[in-house]
Amino acid sequence: MAAVFKNPVIRWIDHRLPVFSYLQHEANDYPTPRNLSYWWNFGSIAGFMLVVMIVTGIFLAMQYTPHVDYAFNSVERIMRDVNYGWLLRYIHMNGASMFFIAVYIHIFRGLYYGSYKAPRELLWMIGVVILLLMMATAFMGYVLPWGQMSFWGATVITNLFSAFPWIGPKIVTLLWGGFAVDNPTLNRFFSLHYLLPFVIMAVVMIHIIALHRFGSNNPMGIDMKGPQDSIPFHPYYTVKDLYGLGVFMLFYAFWVFYAPVALGDPDNFIPANPLSTPPEIVPEWYFLPFYAILRSIPNKLIGVCAMFASILVLFVLPWLDRSPVRSGAFRPAFKRFFWTLIFVCAILMFCGKYPPANYWLPFEFTVVTPEALQESAKLASPDDLWAISFAGGRFGIQIITLGQIAAIYYFAYFIVILPLLSIFERTKPLPLSISQPVLKGGGGTPQPAAAKPMGKA
Amino acid sequence: MADHAQTAPGAGETRRDFLYLMSASAAVFGAASVVWPFISSMNPSGDVLALSSIEVDISSVQVGQSITVKWRGKPVFIRHRTPEEIEAAKKADPVVDASGNVVSNPADLRDPQTDASRVQKPEWLILVGVCTHLGCVPLGQKPSDPRGEFGGWYCPCHGSQYDTSGRIRKGPAPLDLEVPAYTFEKDTVVKIG
Repeated sequence: MAAVFKNPVIRWIDHRLPVFSYLQHEANDYPTPRNLSYWWNFGSIAGFMLVVMIVTGIFLAMQYTPHVDYAFNSVERIMRDVNYGWLLRYIHMNGASMFFIAVYIHIFRGLYYGSYKAPRELLWMIGVVILLLMMATAFMGYVLPWGQMSFWGATVITNLFSAFPWIGPKIVTLLWGGFAVDNPTLNRFFSLHYLLPFVIMAVVMIHIIALHRFGSNNPMGIDMKGPQDSIPFHPYYTVKDLYGLGVFMLFYAFWVFYAPVALGDPDNFIPANPLSTPPEIVPEWYFLPFYAILRSIPNKLIGVCAMFASILVLFVLPWLDRSPVRSGAFRPAFKRFFWTLIFVCAILMFCGKYPPANYWLPFEFTVVTPEALQESAKLASPDDLWAISFAGGRFGIQIITLGQIAAIYYFAYFIVILPLLSIFERTKPLPLSISQPVLKGGGGTPQPAAAKPMGKA
Repeated sequence: MADHAQTAPGAGETRRDFLYLMSASAAVFGAASVVWPFISSMNPSGDVLALSSIEVDISSVQVGQSITVKWRGKPVFIRHRTPEEIEAAKKADPVVDASGNVVSNPADLRDPQTDASRVQKPEWLILVGVCTHLGCVPLGQKPSDPRGEFGGWYCPCHGSQYDTSGRIRKGPAPLDLEVPAYTFEKDTVVKIG
């Protein structure tokens, strides 16, 4: 399959090291379903964000000092004294959020169009590994500026492991390298925060190899059945990816230049103080749903297990959803449950943001403390987990209760609803091929235009 | 697709070339404006530049003594020269005309400069103590140090020898020791940088 190149130097190299043939095959000719929508842009956007994070991170590491006495000040020095340091840091800080936005959209696209189903199970599982690595990297990166939220976030998250009986405390001491989060912890987090992105890069390569084995899934969720169903990756999807990237960059640039600290927590502008915890510990927005699941369960070990399980369940998803139809477009019942899942994840995110004892008053769209609510209506005890209150005509629900309902739906979606749907759902009939709905006469007829070699347009 | 380009033969060519040229220029301009902040961040930062001058009290430096101070991370030699050292330095001076051009160079200096052009007060010689060959710090500040044949400084790395005006006289270094910008704030205080 070695391609023929006109340039003799390229031909000479390619004969000995077939990189150009490989690129020609995997990035140029690579047959791609002709019906991919803009939801398929987010894989390449996520890859781009990984590169942005690595490049800005390398330059930030040139200026950063991983020591408890200097870390906070070295970050302030980056903001004030280093040429364009503010820009590099804001690109990196907001880049983490953009990376997660891209990856979450990428994941939900896979969930809707059944991209996890055979033969793409391993592709999906490798993707979940990337998600886990990203979360670890993001968490450790957030600790590096050594502000109050960095320190207490590190304390809370490392203490999660103390929930495991017997070995838990030993694991936590090992993570810390001491008896509390301190300088050894900061040093190892810096080391790993530098290492893991390159590990992610390697896993992304494996992800792409697995992807190219069977090619991209598509909005119809049916396989390509011949050349009439595909178009070459270049120029069609390189251009489409670039256009989408440009739009995404506008969104990204808005945060970097107009609201650079909007996604962060004000407490992280205070240097870390191991003797005083801030009044509220809130993780970054991209961890809020998992944090809400952790807090909905009033048992330490089960809460921690549920939080990890909320991601680990994705590993077995290909075997939970047995429906032979991939795309949600042909699954009327699935569609409703899917959009409910999106809504439930938003609810979980909301619940992660506020203290669990507070009440949400949906008809006023406000959150009030139990004391304030009790004051106004002399309610039952605010500690009552299932208290739903009627206060002067207002209807409210405690954040923790809301989180519990949402968490139950989240797990039920994967463990109960999808397996049952695969048995009971009546799906719509699938088209014969990708090109059939567009080109009359069915998918079997090769089109003259597509039969021509796709060279320069 | 392929048919598109063929619809307007000839006429389409320059138009397409122009589009290519414009998009390529925009891409190059964009790439450069992205790369610049990264490169620039590696240049000295504001806090480094803010430390670019120091004040030194030289009242305790006796005739014949030298001190070394750190300025911008580099050593600066301040030598309180003896009359003999000043005399020796002047003896090797090249002859220059009114505009500073070298007329003759009897001592065959590699980088001819007069001693008077290298000092503000003849007794105080102030130099950046970095050999102009490959950046080592020459010996000669302590009384026990070797000072080379010309009584100034001797670089241990590759044997460059400097005279009592800090001029290169022997060895591989190409230039005289650099004279930093400095001013005498008072008779006993010098501001370097």
